[in-house]
Amino acid sequence: MTVVPTSARFQENAHEALNDARLQGAMVFARNFAGRRALAAARLPEFDRLRDSASAIKDHTLAHLDLYLEAYERKVVESGGCVHYAEDAEAARRIVVDLCRSLGAKSVTKGKSMISEEIGLNAAIEAAGIEAVETDLGEYIIQLRHETPSHIIAPAIHLTKRDFEHDFRARHTNLPPERDLSKPEQLLAEARAVLREKFLAADVGITGANFLIAETGGSVIVTNEGNGDLTQTLPRAHIVIASIEKIVPTLEDAAQLLRVLARSATGQDASVYTTFSTGPRRPGDPDGPSAYHVVILDNGRSAMLGGEFQDMLRCIRCGACMNHCPVYQAVGGHAYGWVYPGPMGAVLTPSLIGVAEGGQLPNASTFCGRCEEVCPVRIPLPKMMRHWREREFERALSPAAARYGLGLWAFFAARPALYRVAAGLVARSLRLLGRRKGRFASLPFAGGWTRYRDLAAPEGSTFQSRWRAKSGAVK
Amino acid sequence: MKDGRSGEVSARETVLAGIRRSLGVTGGEAPRRFEVERRLAEAPAGIVPQRGQGDLPARVATFRAEAERAQATVAEAAALNDVPAEVARFLREANCPATVRMGTDPRLAALPWPATALDVSIGPSDGRDLNAVSMALVGIAETGTLALVSGADNPTTLNFLPDNAIVVVRREDVVADYEAAFARLRAVYGKGGAPRALNFITGPSRSADIEQTLLLGAHGPRRLHIVIAG
Amino acid sequence: MNAIASEASSHPPRVGLFVTCLIDVMRPTVGFAAVKLLEDAGCRVVVPAQTCCGQPAFNAGDRAAAKALARRTIEAFEACDAVVTPSGSCGGMLIRHYPELFAGEPEMAAKAERFAAKTHELVSFLTDVLGVERVTARFDGTVAYHDGCSGLRELGVKAQPRRLLASVEGLTLAELAEPETCCGFGGLFAAKYGELSNTIVSHKADDIRASAAGTVLAGDLGCLLNIAGKLQRAGSAVRARHVAEVLAGMADGPAIGEPNKERS
Repeated sequence: MTVVPTSARFQENAHEALNDARLQGAMVFARNFAGRRALAAARLPEFDRLRDSASAIKDHTLAHLDLYLEAYERKVVESGGCVHYAEDAEAARRIVVDLCRSLGAKSVTKGKSMISEEIGLNAAIEAAGIEAVETDLGEYIIQLRHETPSHIIAPAIHLTKRDFEHDFRARHTNLPPERDLSKPEQLLAEARAVLREKFLAADVGITGANFLIAETGGSVIVTNEGNGDLTQTLPRAHIVIASIEKIVPTLEDAAQLLRVLARSATGQDASVYTTFSTGPRRPGDPDGPSAYHVVILDNGRSAMLGGEFQDMLRCIRCGACMNHCPVYQAVGGHAYGWVYPGPMGAVLTPSLIGVAEGGQLPNASTFCGRCEEVCPVRIPLPKMMRHWREREFERALSPAAARYGLGLWAFFAARPALYRVAAGLVARSLRLLGRRKGRFASLPFAGGWTRYRDLAAPEGSTFQSRWRAKSGAVK
Repeated sequence: MKDGRSGEVSARETVLAGIRRSLGVTGGEAPRRFEVERRLAEAPAGIVPQRGQGDLPARVATFRAEAERAQATVAEAAALNDVPAEVARFLREANCPATVRMGTDPRLAALPWPATALDVSIGPSDGRDLNAVSMALVGIAETGTLALVSGADNPTTLNFLPDNAIVVVRREDVVADYEAAFARLRAVYGKGGAPRALNFITGPSRSADIEQTLLLGAHGPRRLHIVIAG
Repeated sequence: MNAIASEASSHPPRVGLFVTCLIDVMRPTVGFAAVKLLEDAGCRVVVPAQTCCGQPAFNAGDRAAAKALARRTIEAFEACDAVVTPSGSCGGMLIRHYPELFAGEPEMAAKAERFAAKTHELVSFLTDVLGVERVTARFDGTVAYHDGCSGLRELGVKAQPRRLLASVEGLTLAELAEPETCCGFGGLFAAKYGELSNTIVSHKADDIRASAAGTVLAGDLGCLLNIAGKLQRAGSAVRARHVAEVLAGMADGPAIGEPNKERS
């Protein structure tokens, strides 16, 4: 029931994406994030020190994760809430569906949650005969289109306002067909009105969590729309689904992370709504849910602790890595073929669904390093992508052509005398072939290159042979 | 549910055991336990930005500027008693009906609402209220953020359902940073305690999901008006 | 200023040039430009027999092959006071990744650390180590400098080339809108993901053409071959050269991918 991955088809997915004019038009807007983040970072002199602080908090928490989880659980129970553990996606779906059933839910509203996407929760809820409504504007249209998010904080970044209009007309059939939906404001107003009814009618609200706070037993969500708050405040029950690494020790620690989160994500100093929820409605409270449940998901994460991919568990899902990634910007999120796109997805996907399925992703990087440069918790993303390539290489999973080409190259590179002969041969023969134009428009063995761009012809003999000739040295 | 629960107990043990196996720990190591208990007890502050610091006038000025940057509107009232008139003025100039919904906060209840033409009703919102007035626990200068706590005094639904959220913050309650807000929270709820909901609110609701165009009034209030009083 | 510079006057430092495979085979001019810049700054340049730094293997996950090449390279430059390379990308490999490659092998790791400590990217070596503040060169035209990713992010090469370019007579520096955005080369990436690489380099080429520059410069021949190839395929007249050619006053020959006029 989980999303069926197509990550192994990254090449084909990318090809389709690059030739999808509509997608390419929409992806232009994804280029806005980088400038906004840069401005927000520049406005806060402490920003880089906060990044150090944020990563140190995450490292400390991961090293003591079992104990912080226990402390967190005690506080949730103390505040009247209930904690459920799920080893994998199937268990998490079962727990949530059972809870919804036992609460007699007919309708569930949902705040944006990547964990929900990871475990394929909506399909499971709907299979149980319960309506599940995504309420984040981007998630809502994605749900209308039966798609998955293409970005972890801007799920509909691959769509244009025309797509919104088209889908709203197709799905909101009780509204006058002649209504004007040409402006983004009109689209937003319509979604607000439609979803307001859903909020008020929902029996259960499900949200993710940006952080779980061990000190208080609170869960934190960060949103701009306010949909997460309506989701968790209005229904009879609030279910939080979060993975194990969302724990932070204290409110102060959460503050450190919050200071880098919004700035890295949208370039805001603070998101509009940062909500700390702790347990169900208290005696005398006039509003809020009567029941509060937290489902804590492992799904492969505990196995990442203590290993070469542990640093990935520092991730706070801000999306900065994909906002600054030339590959993501070119192909969008769906090409990555599973839940998490961009550099963080390229590292996380093989960890969660296996290297056979996700191993293409860490290869599809130029190693430009910009992801690591902007990561608020300083995850060495290129280094970890390289770790995956090493594992693939060891298991002989990397594409045969790359291995062969590399093998030939390695053979010569390891033999300086032979290398000199071969390099000289290549340099001189290509020079002869290409001297008229100075470059090649096509070369049989470099089709991946010359299909798209010219290849300069070498100047002639190699530097090393000229140098030796010039300095009169004898080998 | 009985069966499910025993299943969950074992899931708990499995998850914790998996974490401990990967970390190479048993969970019983005294130094680790001490380290965790100490951090939870001491809650050390990390890097606190300079931006919100300063004496009260400086904090209020920063709070106001930052809130306005986040598209909130801000007014200052000389005294709490002037709040009703400011609320009435704001609603009139925004062409909104002269109705407000509020909780039972005694500081709001004590204000001279009858001196205005405002129609005041008390209680949480069921979605039909256009305007709400709430009292913030504190205002946070650092990012122009309001901190509100749930309860009958200031029901959470008032922060999200009405079109226009009007929030009163006492001048003396404008603090420098998030850490100061947490200190105030602990003064009320005790260390490790918390209200059901603590809402940090920075500006009115918004979305940029349509072609990255910033639009106000997504699902929550279209306007956020802050009155700094006293 | 470090020991190399302070001793430069009395005992010229013995600087080993790591020329890189690409420059060796494709564009020896860059190697000679580097030699000239180093000699002008008072260095004695040697070129030990060398092949490749091992980066293609390292990035393809073939750690064993990368290690073998790293060992060979470290050994080849043993007798040099400093190692200089006219490439941010190979420089990143030598300086940042060699030590990482031998983590867990204390003896080799220490050697790799010592090697990394004496190794520098060409332009930053001139400015940051030798204290060169200006060059004697002339270039009539407007240039834009593309920040190659490894040089920029692994070695902090950003202001140094711009500072020296500012001293070139007749040269005007124009900034690209996105000088720090990757050109899409990425070594094997350009061939393996040709179509994707093309989209990325097209964006870079658009940025270059939108600038006032008649020539684009960079500190990495890999990026330059990619950028030049795209500009030329698109019919642009903007030329591409390694920054060392301009700084050394050796930019009178054909630009990258241009025919040699005298011969043709």
